[in-house]
Amino acid sequence: MALSSLTVHEALDLLRRKEISPKEIVEALVKRIQEIDGAVHGYLSFDPERALKDAEHADVSLPLGGIPIAIKDVVSVQGHPCGCASKILQGYIAPFDATVIKKLRAAGAIPFGRTNMDEFAMGSSTENSAFGPSRNPWDADRTPGGSSGGSAAVVAADEALAALGSDTGGSIRQPAALCGCVGVKPTYGRVSRYGLVAFASSLDQIGPLTKNVRDAALIMNVISGADPCDSTTLDEPVPDYTADLDKGVKNLTLGLPKEYFIKGLDPQVEEAVRAAVAWYEKLGAKIVDISLPHTEYALSTYYIIAPAEASANLARFDGVRYGFRADGITGLSDHYGKTREEGFGQEVKRRIILGTYALSSGYYDAFYLRAQKVRTLIRRDFDDAFATVDAILCPTSPTPAFKLGERTGDPLQMYLADIFTLAANMAGICGISIPCGFAEVDGKKLPVGLQILGKALNEATMFRVANAYEQSTDWHRAKPLFGAESERLKGEK
Amino acid sequence: MKSDYIATIGLEVHVQLKTKSKMFCGCAIEYGAEPNTHVCPTCLGLPGALPVMNLEALRMTALTGLIFQCDVAPICKFDRKNYYYPDMPKNYQISQYDLPICQNGEVPLHDLAYPKDAQKSIKNADKRVRLIRIHLEEDVAKNFHFETTSGIDFNRAGTPLMEIVSQPDIESPEEAFAYLTSLKQALIYADVSDADMEKGQLRCDCNVSVRPSHQTEYGVKIELKNLNSISGVRRALAFEIDRQISALERGEKLSQETRRWDDDRGETFLMRTKESAHDYRYFPDPDLLPVKTEVFMPAVRARLPELPWFKRERFVREYGISSYDAGVLTDDLELSRYFEAAAKGAKRPKAVANYVLNDLLSALAAAGKSVEECPIEPQHLAELTGLIEDGKINSKQGKEVFAEMFASGEAPEEIVEAKGLKQESDIDAIKLLCQQTIEANPKSVEDYRAGKGAAINFLKGQVMKASKGKANPNLVGETLEKLLSGV
Repeated sequence: MALSSLTVHEALDLLRRKEISPKEIVEALVKRIQEIDGAVHGYLSFDPERALKDAEHADVSLPLGGIPIAIKDVVSVQGHPCGCASKILQGYIAPFDATVIKKLRAAGAIPFGRTNMDEFAMGSSTENSAFGPSRNPWDADRTPGGSSGGSAAVVAADEALAALGSDTGGSIRQPAALCGCVGVKPTYGRVSRYGLVAFASSLDQIGPLTKNVRDAALIMNVISGADPCDSTTLDEPVPDYTADLDKGVKNLTLGLPKEYFIKGLDPQVEEAVRAAVAWYEKLGAKIVDISLPHTEYALSTYYIIAPAEASANLARFDGVRYGFRADGITGLSDHYGKTREEGFGQEVKRRIILGTYALSSGYYDAFYLRAQKVRTLIRRDFDDAFATVDAILCPTSPTPAFKLGERTGDPLQMYLADIFTLAANMAGICGISIPCGFAEVDGKKLPVGLQILGKALNEATMFRVANAYEQSTDWHRAKPLFGAESERLKGEK
Repeated sequence: MKSDYIATIGLEVHVQLKTKSKMFCGCAIEYGAEPNTHVCPTCLGLPGALPVMNLEALRMTALTGLIFQCDVAPICKFDRKNYYYPDMPKNYQISQYDLPICQNGEVPLHDLAYPKDAQKSIKNADKRVRLIRIHLEEDVAKNFHFETTSGIDFNRAGTPLMEIVSQPDIESPEEAFAYLTSLKQALIYADVSDADMEKGQLRCDCNVSVRPSHQTEYGVKIELKNLNSISGVRRALAFEIDRQISALERGEKLSQETRRWDDDRGETFLMRTKESAHDYRYFPDPDLLPVKTEVFMPAVRARLPELPWFKRERFVREYGISSYDAGVLTDDLELSRYFEAAAKGAKRPKAVANYVLNDLLSALAAAGKSVEECPIEPQHLAELTGLIEDGKINSKQGKEVFAEMFASGEAPEEIVEAKGLKQESDIDAIKLLCQQTIEANPKSVEDYRAGKGAAINFLKGQVMKASKGKANPNLVGETLEKLLSGV
């Protein structure tokens, strides 16, 4: 078996037994990337030399010693480009490490490569990348989801053992679901945002994308915790997230929200999710129907709050201090106008304008303030639910992976891809997506994700519920036949 | 100002707080450092960097609020003020919108805070200017324009900046002067800012309008910028009020605008006419969580300084000096500290006050030294006044000793010893000198006995001269009188 297809915990075992070296893993990944990333386009850039150098010094006794981790292009790694898949950050090299990168390095991990994404994490398909979309390893005509589509695709295609992504409305969980891997959105404040280029500050969280639940827990053990550089982090102890993984779900109560099984939910997705729910019952969990009555407002509320915050967060990209600067500028306002007009993509500009309107005087109360109030109601829905259930089960995405180009002309259709994920960001709770089966579309097997939502700061129970399912099923072991896919693509060219 | 017009003035003052580090990052604050040497990802607005609140800046702002009797808000939160300008690295400024740390309050205007030439004609004694609010925000960077390019120095970006907004209670340039002087004094006393206008640590924008005295609604508001000193504010306002009145008298209509003060030419110039109000799209900064002020208010209360106007009253009470003298002494925090250190060890604090206000201040001014650089130890000054008081030296010798103290920093006793200046207070020696003088000057004696009292001064002078200035002049006077009257 190629070392590139190892999971994190398998690799750690082999490394500690000295059966393999970190360098060999990096070399295997480089080889895999050279073979197939031309077709996947999961990476925007990677620096094999630096990774090999880091691998030589890796201390394999550390929690993630010698493990290369792919990094979404939105997390700052010192000396690497940090471009958010945008033209406007052209040439920008980050001069500092994000807190999560510092923590990964301290745990012996090797930050490796920059994964593709929707520009500034705005999108659900990576089609908003200024450098072209990534492709779904299960069907190269389809999107890997987004915005962390590159991270999900490289994990699914064995071009990485694990990756970091960021999740503002589902940007880790939705691509994980569409690519058949595991993706975690931690509780808001659990993981430091310092060094994460902000999209919507009150919603953003960094989290892992992995090949299984245990790997995600291992990475969460390292990256979680309070950070003096991010005052929105929570000063709560970080438990060992692997400790409860094997405790099973007997005597746990799992809620099934009726608002998540609605029209528009793909029948094959519903079937796979309901089968997973039945499986949980078999494993000894108690399943109860619950209601999250304000779910229907989540999408519209999200599309006020996120663009509003983004409109200010993205103001700094003006070509004055770094990044792209337009030519032929005649004055200051021309400088701003041209640089931002040419530097940002369509979707980013759409959201900046949306957010600018939502914050404008005369509209602020009706939009932003009202959205914040609805957000409180959504949060209360979850508070009420978690008073009686240990975790919530629902689909991650209403559909399996959709075709490239299918939704690019219809932003609203694209926004609906996150309909089941964004409430967790609004409420600040944690969520995970794990593979729970396949849908068959046009003769292709496309992964389906099961979403497990946990109470704020109760990642341990979320992981426990996820692992109970994963360890009693085989879905997570399925691999895309990407070798064949890439051959097909080469043939087309 | 013509008496049939009323001026209405409101001031917006920006004060840089003297915290060690910036408002939202750990960068040091240093005036005049090499450009862009005190910068980090946060104050440069690099992608992914986050702000973290400097609680000391919050405490200093709350302290300023207590000084001016403001209401301190129970919760302190920050908002983003959105606008584009190259000196603003994030293109939004972290500021406070609907919930400033301090609201209401007032600044008392004291007689000595007025310009010297206006202190005799203060219209409203003990006036208080009400405050609207004091809030905290981050300072911006500094733009420099060269021949063909521009540069930005981000050292200043992120310095904590307190904005103090007054009600339009100020009615004359002199009151504006007094307001700024009082404000500055209190800020220095509280140790929250050095408030040096030349260094940009205190910046002031004025809003001024005039109206005929019979009119109740305010006139058209004009904003003045580029005011770089307190006296400049006074000059600019005086010019602007005259300009506005003249325009009204000519029947012109004023329009809302911003004008730039040119201190060299002594005129204001139109900068821009009022555009439609800028929409800053304020919203709460999601990167910073609200802070409960009660957490630090006990510590802030403990830091309340004795304010200059209370110290002045206490000096009058404790040291028996005049209100004017106490005012001058408390005008400058360091001077008040110096005086008090000296007065504490002195028999007659009044004498110390006189020495400080006359001799010391002029010596310092002549030497171009500040009070902190004063070469004379306060207790030495107390000792000097004690030597005079005890008759060990006379006041003329006192001046000589003082000059030597200022030059060398030595103790007065040592100087007196070294120069052999000790005053002759031996009654027999003085009696002998007096008798010799009387014998040598029969004409003056005759005059004195004939009723010309002033003649004794001549004799006194002769005795002093004979003693080489060492004789105690009081004793000489007494002894001469006794001898002449034949007692």
